[in-house]
Amino acid sequence: MKLIDKMINLTINGIELNVEAGTTLLEAAEKIGIHIPTLCHLDLHDIGVINKNANCRVCMVEDEKRGRLVPSCAEKVIEGMRIQTDTLKAVMARRTSLELMLSNHPQDCLTCVKNLDCELQSLAHEMNIKEIRYQGEKMNHPKDLTSKGIVKDSNKCIMCRRCVTMCDDVQTVGILSPLKRGFDVVVATAFHLDLADTSCTYCGQCVSVCPTAALAEMNDTPSVWRALNNPKKHVIVQVAPAVRAAIGEEFGFEPGTILTGKVVSSLRRLGFDQVFDTNFGADLTIIEEAKELIDRIQNNKPLPMLTSCCPAWVQFIEHQFPDLLDVPSSCKSPQQMVGALTKTYYAEHNNIDPKDIIMVSVMPCVAKKAEAAREELNKDGLSEVDYVITTRELSRMLKEAAIDFRKLDDEPFDFLLGESTGAAAIFGTTGGVIEAATRTAYEMLTGKELKDVNFKAMRGIEGIREATIQIGDMELNIGIAHELGNARKLLERIREGKSNFHAIEIMACPGGCIGGGGQPYHHGNIDILKKRQEALYTIDASLPRRKSHENPMVVKLYENFLSEPASPKAHDLLHTTYSPKERI
Amino acid sequence: MKNKILDLSTLDKEKLMALSVYIEALEEDKKEQLIHVLHKAQSLFGHLPQNLQWFIARKLDLSSAHVNGVVTFYSFFNEEPTGKYVISVCTGTACFVKGANKVLDRILKLTKTTKNKMSEDGLFTIKDVRCIGACGLAPVITVNDKVYGNLKPSDVDKIIEQCRGEDYGH
Amino acid sequence: MVINNLAGLIKWKDTLPTKADYRISVLVCAGTSCISSESDLILAMLEDLIQKQDLAVDVNLVKTGCFGFCGQGPIIKIEPDDITYVRVKVSDVEAIFTHHIVNNTTVSRLLYKEPNEEHVTKDSKGMRFYQKQLRVALRNCGEINPEVIEQYIVNDGYLALGRCLTEKTPKDVIQIVQASGLRGRGGGGFLTGLKWAYTRDVESDQKYLICNADEGDPGAFMDRSIAEGDPHSIIEAMAIAGYAIGASKGLIYIRAEYGLATERLRVAIKAAREHGLLGKNLFGTNFSFDIEIKLGAGAFVCGEETALIRSMEGFRGEPDKKPPFPSESGFKDKPSCVNNVETLANIPVIILNGAQWFASLGTERSKGTKVFALAGNIRNIGLVEVPMGTTFREIIYDIGGGHPDGKKIKAIQIGGPSGGVITEDYFDTPIDYDSLLAIGAMMGSGGLIVMDEDTDMVEFAKFYLDFTQDESCGKCTPCRIGTKRMFEILERLTNMEGEPADLERLKTLGDNIKSASLCGLGQTAPNPVLSTMKFFEAEYEAYAYRTKRTAYLIEGKKCIGCTKCARVCPVDCIDGKVREVHRIQEADCIACGACYDACPTQAILKP
Ligand SMILES: Cc1cc2nc3c(=O)[nH]c(=O)nc-3n(C[C@H](O)[C@H](O)[C@H](O)COP(=O)(O)O)c2cc1C
Ligand code: SF4
Ligand code: SF4
Ligand code: SF4
Ligand code: SF4
Ligand code: SF4
Ligand code: SF4
Ligand code: SF4
Ligand code: SF4
Ligand code: FES
Ligand code: FES
Ligand code: FES
Repeated sequence: MKLIDKMINLTINGIELNVEAGTTLLEAAEKIGIHIPTLCHLDLHDIGVINKNANCRVCMVEDEKRGRLVPSCAEKVIEGMRIQTDTLKAVMARRTSLELMLSNHPQDCLTCVKNLDCELQSLAHEMNIKEIRYQGEKMNHPKDLTSKGIVKDSNKCIMCRRCVTMCDDVQTVGILSPLKRGFDVVVATAFHLDLADTSCTYCGQCVSVCPTAALAEMNDTPSVWRALNNPKKHVIVQVAPAVRAAIGEEFGFEPGTILTGKVVSSLRRLGFDQVFDTNFGADLTIIEEAKELIDRIQNNKPLPMLTSCCPAWVQFIEHQFPDLLDVPSSCKSPQQMVGALTKTYYAEHNNIDPKDIIMVSVMPCVAKKAEAAREELNKDGLSEVDYVITTRELSRMLKEAAIDFRKLDDEPFDFLLGESTGAAAIFGTTGGVIEAATRTAYEMLTGKELKDVNFKAMRGIEGIREATIQIGDMELNIGIAHELGNARKLLERIREGKSNFHAIEIMACPGGCIGGGGQPYHHGNIDILKKRQEALYTIDASLPRRKSHENPMVVKLYENFLSEPASPKAHDLLHTTYSPKERI
Repeated sequence: MKNKILDLSTLDKEKLMALSVYIEALEEDKKEQLIHVLHKAQSLFGHLPQNLQWFIARKLDLSSAHVNGVVTFYSFFNEEPTGKYVISVCTGTACFVKGANKVLDRILKLTKTTKNKMSEDGLFTIKDVRCIGACGLAPVITVNDKVYGNLKPSDVDKIIEQCRGEDYGH
Repeated sequence: MVINNLAGLIKWKDTLPTKADYRISVLVCAGTSCISSESDLILAMLEDLIQKQDLAVDVNLVKTGCFGFCGQGPIIKIEPDDITYVRVKVSDVEAIFTHHIVNNTTVSRLLYKEPNEEHVTKDSKGMRFYQKQLRVALRNCGEINPEVIEQYIVNDGYLALGRCLTEKTPKDVIQIVQASGLRGRGGGGFLTGLKWAYTRDVESDQKYLICNADEGDPGAFMDRSIAEGDPHSIIEAMAIAGYAIGASKGLIYIRAEYGLATERLRVAIKAAREHGLLGKNLFGTNFSFDIEIKLGAGAFVCGEETALIRSMEGFRGEPDKKPPFPSESGFKDKPSCVNNVETLANIPVIILNGAQWFASLGTERSKGTKVFALAGNIRNIGLVEVPMGTTFREIIYDIGGGHPDGKKIKAIQIGGPSGGVITEDYFDTPIDYDSLLAIGAMMGSGGLIVMDEDTDMVEFAKFYLDFTQDESCGKCTPCRIGTKRMFEILERLTNMEGEPADLERLKTLGDNIKSASLCGLGQTAPNPVLSTMKFFEAEYEAYAYRTKRTAYLIEGKKCIGCTKCARVCPVDCIDGKVREVHRIQEADCIACGACYDACPTQAILKP
């Protein structure tokens, strides 16, 4: 139906307005500055995340003509409509819905991980709820603490289904569903399985949209504090590319403010012995990956090659496409590369027993927690990365330590694993990895210098993007997908033999790691993601070196330690394996 | 993953085969037929254990959470095994008005069970159902498929006796 | 016989035997209620006897659907004289066979006797139960064998479809249905013709016509009876509706509990296909239509049309917000029209008899007849079909025969869990959609539950709320948590743990659940409570102020001292010697009611 062009006249609270057909009452009201509370509603149009099943009923407004209440988040404008947002009937209905939710909620805000960052809490405040008139039985489910990545506390669930929309429709993983019905409904895993026993990818996208603390990241800060207070341990931290563009939001900076230097100095204040940059690992990943790609192209090995630096995506392919495990690159992720090198290269260099080193990483990501625990990456009883904390957890630690983040000076990363190029910086956004890889592959394949390093065709925010790059006399077909549902589409094409791609980049989160499950909550504001993305491209453009193979410290690493890309030692330390798993 | 739901060895091979054949034969969009598949599976196995739900999810290319969400939504599906005699007590309005609750209480007492839980001897599962359409005979119960109407709580004793007798008789 | 055109159908009809071709026709009810009392066995025995005695040529044994008077089942009706035997037992079969079927004499002891009257009533027309009834939707139930398509054909079956396809445009058909004034019988009362027109107006490569046979109201069974007793009329109507709206595919969503009805529909669909009445190019036109059956699995909310569609698609049966309405985006996102069984059953007769005929029945804004399932504390339990405009008093007393023990009828509940109570003051209200709304009730699907003076209205409202909170899909907050909280309040009240403020809570909560819920279930769930609160406030107050007597009481002058009550009391709280008046110690009584049931002289009073 082509209604898009049509304009509709209506009044809201007596104010006349004229809006496009298809607009919701909520959107229409916003245009004239009328605020209506919402809770279940989530609309991130640009990245296809829409939860509009109108179930919470806190956005009810009165349609005066029909004399009844309608949910403003889902109800579309109709010609001649007369809406009143503040009638007693509407206000009472909204309050009742919220009171009912609260009557079935453990009200332990004070010690809750979501305290002061909770949409339910804010709403109760905003609606001036000072009494809950209806008391009765409450949900009573055990907390699921089984997984490395996510804590599920169903008793705090308000059944908004945002997580289900995320996991089912966007990620197509299908871990969560409402079970049972009526008052007994609970959004849970199949058969209430422990998350650890499911095919959950730990992408953390459910966490990033959950308005309450029903889904949250596993809290690893106590372990980190313990390590920092252990004088026998040499505690090292690494920071992922996307953290520096987002952490400021926790301290009142504008989204997209680049705070690399402050992050480094804050980590030193916390007491880390060395502050390394995951970007170093990113540059290294590019070199190993580019090498692998060229090998696959030149030696008729399986194509396309898929990037493997996103652990949620790795988990996804293992469970969902176990027959395609020869397509991802065997390269470890930057986090693991930095971890592995810290405990070998750095340890040797400084003559420290690797057993005394504790490697902590600060990630935008929940899946990295699970990645660090993977069997394949913990051989011989020595872990590459010991603890992973998210951007949010770091900010909590800083607040706890009373470090005034805003007032910190900028400091540089530490020597050895701290240097990086612009190519590494853009790892944190969708399209960045493959753009970085292309820069290096180009020069490796042609032996010529790449003049313009900006591959604009690979940038953007659409779910699936395709680009063809001329490299010498060869055309390199590149695919990019973010969000696992889009990845599924590409994988299905590969399975059916319909793909002509040479290389594909996949990131599980909307926008890539900038939208990771461990980042400060965007509360449904897509502009925040866009600004973080811009910040990463700004870092890239601002650096003198923008190709991974030009990273002098990486060059040195090969010279002094690994000998050359894809060498046996590099394989041993920087590559991994995958294994098929059942889908649950 | 040490997952017991992946272990199909507890399921009867022949029945599993029959279910697969049924699923293979479905036309059009198989996913849409989930409820029919579940009916079929329950008629074969008596109930829908978790590994069977997982099996169905894989066959229909659905997530297990989806299948489990559907199974637990509809009161017709049992995740737990049921007794040899499934006694459904109608608690529809007509039966309610005529004292269905007393009938239900009496049955639960005699069979020493609670609703929807199989009795320890494996003989009985007691359910309450909404109107089975025989309101003219209210209050009504069904034992497996047989309907008993115009019941007084005291009639229940005989029916239960009868079931027990039949069972021990065989 | 495959029908390719209208003439073919008419010719087929003319070759088929009618009841008039037999000496007698023996109609045995094989509706669920009667089968439950072994009418299937009775039927088999009769068949056997007829076979053995070689009477099949002049005795026409017909296995029919429900006669309506289920409370008197199993029922056997013998035509042409319309002799009706009630409460027939297996042991009566011999007698009916030898006396009536062979020797043409009646078996008087099996005839129906009106209460308080001397004589028996021989024929169904003579029974008061049937006198004010008018069977339109139920016209074939109890008349024909639902499993034999020929018997439907003989009664002008598929003639309406043939006429529509060959003589009328889809617009004509919609016009007729609109002019008839038929409103949806599934509860909402929306104009059927208008709904068809809406669906017709949406352009799409595929549309669906959906028959809602979910019948969730606990205590209503008219849709089931129609599906069991006259499945072809549903099929024919679906094809007509499909033609009108431009759908080539029909779906019947039927509850899993309705095994017999499902089976009969399957048999009927198969027969219709075999005779070219479903499938490709019906009646030689380019209209094709086929039907698929989809099973429910035990969820009341799946009667709500959007939930029903989700369920048919293999999902949890959770309602969706409307708009968009199914007519725009329904099954598989295609335009779909959902019609109730009873609504559909009216369609063929409307086509055959004309819109004017139908519109002449009923009231100003509610046309035709309505089927009610009459149950509860009433003498005549069963299905009754009356013209709109009939009063409740007529239904309760003339048709229903009043209270079985002559007690006072306190109220009736209409509209099932969505509806409300109607008190004596309103028994003279002529039934139609609007008059019911005006007195705070609603038509619903047609469950009519009669309650006598002993009924505890708070308990009764609690019963419905227990039902709705149990059947709530749990998607939206007000219904998921709100109905639970209302139920908890009612439980507190009836356990004597409530407080006066609970009454206010119930009201506010009820009002807000109604205005904020997502679908019709939540929007109406508080009705039974709100409406009983309105009419029986004192009963609620007795609980809230804890003034309600909880113990049973022995009426001294009726007690004969038989000791029966004392022997059954589980807590031994009844004192008394043989042949002396007994007494209940109020404080200890747990109100189990055992003594009440045991007392031979009705000396015990309920609290
Ligand atoms: C909770 C709920 C239950 C319903 N149950 C039924 C039902 O069992 N049968 C039915 O025909 N309609 C039922 N309806 C009404 C349907 O949604 C729908 O309006 C109807 O099937 C349309 O058919 P009609 O226009 O022929 O009445 C129900 C509605 C609600 C809100
Ligand atoms: S989830 Fe929100 S409302 Fe609930 S306890 Fe935590 S902070 Fe408070
Ligand atoms: S807000 Fe209230 S409950 Fe929370 S700490 Fe302060 S006084 Fe205590
Ligand atoms: S972490 Fe990702 S895969 Fe796991 S439940 Fe959440 S959204 Fe689904
Ligand atoms: S877990 Fe969170 S996102 Fe999911 S339904 Fe519950 S409250 Fe909503
Ligand atoms: S996209 Fe980035 S943040 Fe998201 S799961 Fe993958 S690695 Fe983690
Ligand atoms: S009103 Fe009740 S049944 Fe309807 S959508 Fe809401 S929770 Fe579900
Ligand atoms: S109602 Fe029950 S407890 Fe009370 S006196 Fe009668 S038998 Fe005893
Ligand atoms: S059963 Fe009735 S009549 Fe007999 S002792 Fe008890 S109250 Fe008296
Ligand atoms: S925000 Fe509109 S119903 Fe939840
Ligand atoms: S209410 Fe029990 S059979 Fe209808
Ligand atoms: S079922 Fe036999 S009369 Fe109704």
